[in-house]
Amino acid sequence: MDIWNIFDTEWVPVGTWIDQVLNWLVSDFRFVFQAIKVPFDIVLSALEDGLTGAPDLLILGLIALIAWQAGGRRVAVVSTLAMLAIGLMGAWEESMTTLSIVLTCVFFCALAGLPIGIAAARSDRVWNWVRPALDLMQTIPSFVYLVPVVMLFSIGNVSGVIVTFIYALPPLVRLTNLGIRQVRPDMVEAARAFGATKKQTLWKIELPLAMPTIMAGVNQTIMMALSMVVVASMISVTGLGQMVLRGIGRLDMGLASVGGLGIVFLAIMIDRISQSLGQPSRERGHQHWYRTGPLGVVTGFFARPATTGQGKETAATPPNSKTDGKTQA
Amino acid sequence: MSGQEQQKNAGGRSSVARVACKGVWKLFGDRADEALEAARAENLSKDEIRERFDCVLGVRDASFEVYEGEIFCIMGLSGSGKSTLVRHINRLIDPTAGEIHIAGDRVDTMDEAALNALRAEKIGMVFQHMALWPHRTLAETVAFGLEVRGVPKAERRKKAIAALNDMELGDWVDSYPDELSGGMQQRVGLARALAADPDILLMDEPFSALDPLIRRQLQDQFLDLSRKLGKTTIFITHDLDEAIRMGDRIAIMKDGVIVQTGTAEEIVTAPANDYVAAFVDNVPKGGFVTADQIMEPATGTPPGRSIAADTPLDEILATFAEDQAPLAVEKDGNTLGHVTVGDALQALGGKEDT
Ligand SMILES: Nc1ncnc2c1ncn2[C@@H]1O[C@H](COP(=O)(O)OP(=O)(O)O)[C@@H](O)[C@H]1O
Ligand SMILES: [Mg+2]
Repeated sequence: MDIWNIFDTEWVPVGTWIDQVLNWLVSDFRFVFQAIKVPFDIVLSALEDGLTGAPDLLILGLIALIAWQAGGRRVAVVSTLAMLAIGLMGAWEESMTTLSIVLTCVFFCALAGLPIGIAAARSDRVWNWVRPALDLMQTIPSFVYLVPVVMLFSIGNVSGVIVTFIYALPPLVRLTNLGIRQVRPDMVEAARAFGATKKQTLWKIELPLAMPTIMAGVNQTIMMALSMVVVASMISVTGLGQMVLRGIGRLDMGLASVGGLGIVFLAIMIDRISQSLGQPSRERGHQHWYRTGPLGVVTGFFARPATTGQGKETAATPPNSKTDGKTQA
Repeated sequence: MSGQEQQKNAGGRSSVARVACKGVWKLFGDRADEALEAARAENLSKDEIRERFDCVLGVRDASFEVYEGEIFCIMGLSGSGKSTLVRHINRLIDPTAGEIHIAGDRVDTMDEAALNALRAEKIGMVFQHMALWPHRTLAETVAFGLEVRGVPKAERRKKAIAALNDMELGDWVDSYPDELSGGMQQRVGLARALAADPDILLMDEPFSALDPLIRRQLQDQFLDLSRKLGKTTIFITHDLDEAIRMGDRIAIMKDGVIVQTGTAEEIVTAPANDYVAAFVDNVPKGGFVTADQIMEPATGTPPGRSIAADTPLDEILATFAEDQAPLAVEKDGNTLGHVTVGDALQALGGKEDT
C-alpha cells in the first residue's frame, strides 16, 4: 500500500455497490418497472397519435383557441405566431412529438406532485422527508440518472418521459407545499369555525387560495421538462431534441438551429398559456372563465335571450348602492 | 359568586345558562400536561411556566356562564387570552383541562362530526380581521356554513341574500370582499355569522379594526339587532368603553385569568382589585354611582329637598347645577343621609367616601 498516494485505492466501492443494486433490480424486478411504464405509455401514445395524426392546421387552430380562452387575444396571437414559425421551419412533426412528451410529463407530475405537496404542507414530518429527496432530484446532474433509467426502463420516448418526470417534479411539489402553507391561518380558521371538515377546507379554501402559487409551480415544471428535451434525446427520445442532437453530431448547424428555435417557440407558447391559467379569475374582471374568450362568445350568444335579467345583473351591479354609498364612502 | 347573585346580574334576562366554561386551562407547548400539573400544584406564574416548561399560558382556570340572550363581554389587554378563551367555545382550540358546555352538551368531548354540525348550525363567529375569503363572492361567503352542510344551492343563496339584505348589503351580493370598505366587510362577517340562524354568536374584537365613527355605527346596529334577535353573544374587546356599551355583563381578563365578572356597574363601582380599579379609573362614573353610595349617613334634621337612594350621580349633579343646597337621600320614606356638592364632585373624581 502506498501512503503517499493513499487515495489511489478505491476504499469505499460505491460504484460497485450501485452496480450490484441496479443489476439485482434489473434481474429480479424487471416486471415492476415494465408495469410502471404502462400508464406513461398509454397517455403518451394517445397524445402523440392525436397530435401528429390530426391535420396540422386543425392543431394550430385548437392551440389558438385554447390560448384565447386561457389568456385572451394577445396570448392567442403570440402562441399562434410561435407555432406558425415552427410549422414554416419544417419542424412541426418533431414539435408535436416533443409537445406530447412534455404534456404527458406534466400530467404525471401533477398527478404525483399535488398530493405530495399537499401532504407536505399538512405535516412538518412529511416535509422533512420530502425536502431532501427533492434536493437530491434537483442537484444530481440529469445525465447521471439516464443510465439507471435506461437499464430499468430501456430506451425510447416512454423512458424519456420518465427521466423528464423525475427532473421536472420538484418545483411543483415545492410550490404546492409553499402555496398551501402561505394561506392565511385565519382563512382556514374561519372555514373550520363554520363547520367545514378538513377535506372541505382544503378544496374550498386552501387550494383555491394557493392556486396562483401552484400554477407557478406547474409553469416551472413545464419549463424544466422542456429544458430536458435535448438531454433526453440521448436515450433515443424523438422530437425537437433529436434534431439538435443530430445537428451537433453531424456539425450540421442548420439542423441544430431549427431544433433549438423550435424548442424556444414551443416554450413561448406553453409558457404564455400556462401562465395565464395561473391568474385567478378575479383578474379577468370577475367573470367565470366560460364567460370570456371563445367560449364566452358562444355562451354569450346562447345565454343572452334567456338570462338577460340574471346575467346582466351579475355583471353590472352598481358599485355605489343607495345605502352604502352614503354611510361608508 | 353565588347562583342567586348571578341570576340578579343577568339583568332581567333569562337565567338559563346557554354556554358555560368550567375550570378551563390552556397551555401551548409540547409539555402542556406536565406544565398544567406543576402550575396547579405550585401556583406558577405565566413567566415561571414559560421558563420551566417552555409552554405559553393562554388561559388559566377560567369559569363563567353566559345566559340565554345576553351579551357577555370579555375584556382585557392584548395577549390576555381573550381569543384563546373564546375559541374553546366552538373548540377551534382544545382545552388542556376543563369542561365546556353548550345548552347542556359537552363540547370538549364531542366527536368531529357533532362538532362540525354544532359549528355550522348553532354557533356563528365574527373575526377581528374579518377573515373573508378573497375568492368568494359575498353570497358564496355568507352561504359557506350552509354549503358545507349540503344545503342545496338555490336555498342557500336565498338565505345568504336575506342575511346580506339584513345587513344592508343587498346590492353587493355578487361582489368580492375587497371591493368593500372595512365597515361593510365586517357587516359581511356578521351576515355570515347570522346566515344559518345560530343560537350563539362569538365575536372576537369584531369592531376593533374599524375607525371610530364606523365602529360606533356598527355597535349601534349590532345592539339593535341583538335586541331583536336575542342571540346569546360572547363579545370580545380590549376597549372598556365598548364593553360597557355592549355588555350585559363583563368579564375582565389579565394574563389568562378572569379577574372579575359582573355588570358594568359592579365593575366600575366595586373593582375587585387594583388592576381592575386602574382600568375603570377613567370611566365617567356619572351613570353608575348612586346617591346612597356617596351620601354621608346622617340622622339629623333633613335638608329641604330629597332624592331617591338609587338616583345616579349624573342626575344629582344636574340638580346641584340649579341649587347647591345639600340633598336628603330617601328610601321607602326614610331619610338615609344627605349628599353635598362636595360629595358629588369627589365621587365624580373617582374618590368615593362611604
Ligand atoms: N397557537 C399559539 N401558540 C402559542 N402561544 C399562543 C398561541 N395562541 C395564543 N398564544 C399565546 O397565548 C396568549 C393569549 O393570546 P390571545 O388569546 O391571542 O390574547 P388576546 O386575544 O387577548 O390578545 C398570548 O401570550 C399568546 O402569545
Ligand atoms: Mg385576540
